[in-house]
Amino acid sequence: MSKTLFDKVWDSHVVQHIENGPDVLFIDRHLVHEVTSPVAFLGLKNRGIKVLYPERTFATADHNTPTRNQHLPVKDKLSANQLKALEENAKAHSIPYWGLGHEKNGIVHVIGPENGITVPGATIVCGDSHTSTHGAFGAIAFGIGTSEVEMVLSTQCIMQPKPKSMRITIDGELSNAVTPKDVALYIISQLTTSGATGYFVEYAGEVFRNMSMEGRMTVCNLSIEMGARGGMIAPDSTTFDYIKEREYTPKGKDWDKAMEYWNTLRSDSDAVFHKEISFNAADIEPMITYGTNPGMGIGIQSGIPTAQAMDAGAATYQKSLSYMDFKEGEAMIGKPIDFVFLGSCTNGRIEDFRAFASIIKGRKKAENVTAWLVPGSHKVEEAIKAEGILDILQESGFELREPGCSACLAMNDDKIPAGKYAVSTSNRNFEGRQGPGARTLLASPLVAAAAAVTGKVTDPRELMELQEA
Amino acid sequence: MAYDKFNILTSSAVPLPIENVDTDQIIPARFLKATERKGFGDNLFRDWRYNSDDTPKEHFVLNNPIYSGKILVGGKNFGSGSSREHAAWAVYDYGFRCVVSSFFADIFRNNCLNIGVLPVQVSAEFLDKIFKAIESNPKTEIKVNLPEQSITILETGEVESFAINDYKKQNMLNGFDDIDYLLNIKKDIQQFAQNTPL
Repeated sequence: MSKTLFDKVWDSHVVQHIENGPDVLFIDRHLVHEVTSPVAFLGLKNRGIKVLYPERTFATADHNTPTRNQHLPVKDKLSANQLKALEENAKAHSIPYWGLGHEKNGIVHVIGPENGITVPGATIVCGDSHTSTHGAFGAIAFGIGTSEVEMVLSTQCIMQPKPKSMRITIDGELSNAVTPKDVALYIISQLTTSGATGYFVEYAGEVFRNMSMEGRMTVCNLSIEMGARGGMIAPDSTTFDYIKEREYTPKGKDWDKAMEYWNTLRSDSDAVFHKEISFNAADIEPMITYGTNPGMGIGIQSGIPTAQAMDAGAATYQKSLSYMDFKEGEAMIGKPIDFVFLGSCTNGRIEDFRAFASIIKGRKKAENVTAWLVPGSHKVEEAIKAEGILDILQESGFELREPGCSACLAMNDDKIPAGKYAVSTSNRNFEGRQGPGARTLLASPLVAAAAAVTGKVTDPRELMELQEA
Repeated sequence: MAYDKFNILTSSAVPLPIENVDTDQIIPARFLKATERKGFGDNLFRDWRYNSDDTPKEHFVLNNPIYSGKILVGGKNFGSGSSREHAAWAVYDYGFRCVVSSFFADIFRNNCLNIGVLPVQVSAEFLDKIFKAIESNPKTEIKVNLPEQSITILETGEVESFAINDYKKQNMLNGFDDIDYLLNIKKDIQQFAQNTPL
């Protein structure tokens, strides 16, 4: 019987199928961070059991860590306590632990791929919804709750019914300044924030085939924002080139053997999906959000839609616009902004910093803008320095911080103040997500850079034309 | 962690007729710093419930004494966003045992089932009927019958059935959790692992 890519990976990991119930799914690799794991470790302690496969488990600190002075003790007591708990739990269960200051430390979804923990055909989970990122490599990867973290620690399995399958195909060529982030925000704006709930998505077509691994990670990362459990892309030479020779990927004969399997990881040509959707690359513009969920995005030159044009109820829509202090029909271009955040598991990789630098080079940070530039990991930070990007940033008046989740969820001190507008390369514009009362405009690194140097929402193509002229 | 058994729940309900209620609203990230599962109910809907000086926001439904009960009724796409189980813990810790909506986000629904909060998905029409019934009488009682998989607005007698898979239903009825099940088949899992290289 013909199978989708998702079927192939899922079915090969089913330990047991329960009739009219969930599958017992074996998890190859489990990523653990400080926020969603302590209660799970406590559960193990209460049951008197140990982690079953510590060698399949990896721990890092990222969610509540400071992005300045990481060599000093963490000031916030609760955060420090959570970090200490992770360190102790990792030690007690012999789990590799990459804490603050460790050369491999960084955002869990950045360091997984960087170190070769993420490989095609694997099942990967983490107590974080953006685990979908790892699907970029042709893995099944998704976020789980803390009860499930406890299940994986204790038995390396979770119990879930198999999701339905959806394929999103985009062919054609992307226009100038349209990045993977724009592709994802466009898809979410079309499907809404719940349009893929219950599905696991496969991204197919020219646009994704031509994308770098960093770009694919950005797209898969945002799968959860349309409600999908995860998204995946069939592995190809781009994938294999990226993972080869990374620390945890197979070597020598093991690599050859793995390649034989990985080369089978694509949907059969006659495979049937529960739902098929396609878009045209040429329809996608640089995007920006204007509301309080990631589905509320528009092309940067468009006006804010009217309530009538929306799927959500009018009351919900008005609540959202009132939070943002925006009005129906207004243009986004030219709106003054206060903060710019470049970073997160969505856009905190080296390509994102290259894109940002390409716009700000030779320009100055706008005086009214506070910019937080936070690399996804120490390896990204090293690359920023090695490629001379740090010099460009500093010449333009920007400062580079230390790695972590930072203002994406504002668990640490990086909080956007109430009422202020932030153009953010992160993944969620929910009310208060970046700090109580903060107003978030999600966008690509190019749009963020354009805002950072002009102090207002600006079409990056205008600045690129000036550079070319 | 085993949890309370769920059988039949009859209670008044708290209405929250807003769509796309995300987990950052249910519990903001700055309240996720605990290392134990305690006290999350105090921060349920924190920023909708309290002003920045911690005084209650009068107009928010949880601060309105005419609404109470063990059932929370939310608009479409309830619980979207983050995988934080803390959101389900906050709902439970506040005193809710059941959340009703016309559509749930995946991970939130799963987390609820794993801790003993029953997510009941009803049609958009039935959800509307519940909201109207509560609007006309805030003490309206709703009966959630898990064995029969039905939900009834007692005042009007309007009833609808809801879906839940047999395995999870038995877990809820008996207060079992998945780890008990998985630990029982540990040998099968270990055998499977041997054939699944890293």
